[in-house]
Amino acid sequence: MPHISVRDLTVAYDGHAILSDVTMDIPDRQITAIVGPSGCGKTTFLRCMNRLIDMTDGARVRGEVLIDGANILAPDADVISLRKKMGLLSQKPQPLPMSIYDNVAYGPRLHGTRNKRQLDAIVERYLKLSSLWGEVRERLHAPAARLSVGQQQRLCLARGLAVEPEVLLCDEPCASLDPTSAQHIEKRFVELKQDYTIVLVTHILRQARRLADYIVFFYMGELVEHGPAEQLLNDPRDERTKAYLSGTIS
Amino acid sequence: MRLRLLTERLTSLWFLCLSVVVMLLTAIVAGALVHRSLPILRRHPLGALLGGSGWHPMQDQFGFLPFIVGTVWVTVLAMAMAVPVCLLSAIYLAEYARSATRAVVRPLLDVLAGIPSVVYGLFGVLLLVPLVSDHIAPWAAKHLSFLPGATPREGYATGYCLLTGAIVLAMMVAPLIISIADEVLRSVPVAMREASLAVGATRWETVKHVSARFAAPGLVAAVVLGFSRAFGETMAVLMVVGNVPMAPRSVFDPAYPLPALIANNYGEMMSIPLYDSALLLAALILMVTVLAFNLLAQGVLVIAKRRAAQ
Repeated sequence: MPHISVRDLTVAYDGHAILSDVTMDIPDRQITAIVGPSGCGKTTFLRCMNRLIDMTDGARVRGEVLIDGANILAPDADVISLRKKMGLLSQKPQPLPMSIYDNVAYGPRLHGTRNKRQLDAIVERYLKLSSLWGEVRERLHAPAARLSVGQQQRLCLARGLAVEPEVLLCDEPCASLDPTSAQHIEKRFVELKQDYTIVLVTHILRQARRLADYIVFFYMGELVEHGPAEQLLNDPRDERTKAYLSGTIS
Repeated sequence: MRLRLLTERLTSLWFLCLSVVVMLLTAIVAGALVHRSLPILRRHPLGALLGGSGWHPMQDQFGFLPFIVGTVWVTVLAMAMAVPVCLLSAIYLAEYARSATRAVVRPLLDVLAGIPSVVYGLFGVLLLVPLVSDHIAPWAAKHLSFLPGATPREGYATGYCLLTGAIVLAMMVAPLIISIADEVLRSVPVAMREASLAVGATRWETVKHVSARFAAPGLVAAVVLGFSRAFGETMAVLMVVGNVPMAPRSVFDPAYPLPALIANNYGEMMSIPLYDSALLLAALILMVTVLAFNLLAQGVLVIAKRRAAQ
């Protein structure tokens, strides 16, 4: 059974449909890129996966998102452990108003790790994994806000990984980064897919080409086409996908 | 064309003058207060005035201590009651409430903030004074006798007391503090809140570790502004606080805050020498204190903005 499977997912906001009847399976331990022009519902789709959509007043969600068979959209779903399972990397890096160390230790602490040595180990491990350790090891207790934007995004990756998620949800994670930092992050993704299922929202086709194993194309709230990257990029079936790939719609 | 340029120059000059006049008002008020307080300051040293506890204008005795103590107590007590309730309400409004709830509560807060203070005073006289004298004071006498400041002294259980004044004051500053604290919490970036939720924090953990932390300077400013508002509030407190010039030793004792002293006595000074000067000194003390608090609040807000901009 696939890890994540979406059934008839429909999201409406104030009566206006943002996503309609999305049904698909997301392959395990691969990078799934969600592409499409802005406003097509990519981000909303991602926000359903960790129920951050709950924070949007007036959003109505129907359908099911099954993770290991359990519908996470059910009203009695355990949102806390869901979000622990689904790491998020947002478009604009958002460090928490605390030190670099505390940003990474934030999640583990909340979930019960109190031992200082254990926390130290976690912080070091995930800062290394997000290739930030070398740059910050001397100033772990400086405010995270002082890091450069590129470093902040890697810090956010470390913070997300530190709670040991199974899935990484990434919402245009390189959109506000300079090319070098973007490259850093992309390299990490390729390594991380050994252990994580990655869902990557992007509007940069070239990024999808570079990274994705599986591609999903959304257009105006509708799931138009999805399939292995090779096939979808080289041999799209739907006219709209063809148009998007060739740059006529964007 | 020349006419248009001339008009332009004259208007800007005229506006400048108006702004300067407004700013000068503060200085003029302060100057007048200093000028009129000088006679008493020449006769008595400031330390003796502020530290003296006898208030007998006929005998040339002007001790402000009971009034200062009364003001401080009634304000501190009111803030102690108001601040926790206000902060938690603001947290509820900003972090938990749905926008439909906010749409009802926010205008309601503005209405509460706009009720004239004399109405709060009347409410205190009609409802709180009997409540305190008939229920709270007897209860405290029975159950809290181990706390010296919380039991009524013999003959002072009228309900016109520090506690009643503080409750009225707390009710008055609450809408202001809630309103500002709510604004401050709403200014926490949504993405920051979501970053915390996304690693599996509960809402309360997010408030505690992220929103409140980020908004801390603004929350302090909200409290300080509430404090300076409470400090100078006159009418509502005057109506319920008892107005007996002695330093209160229990929350059921009457008190006599500085604003009430001025409002009750100015104009009825019966040409007692220096009485007028003493009251203006009281006004000066109030003004300086409130000004200091406002400056403090401004300072804190500047720091908050700088941090938010980071």
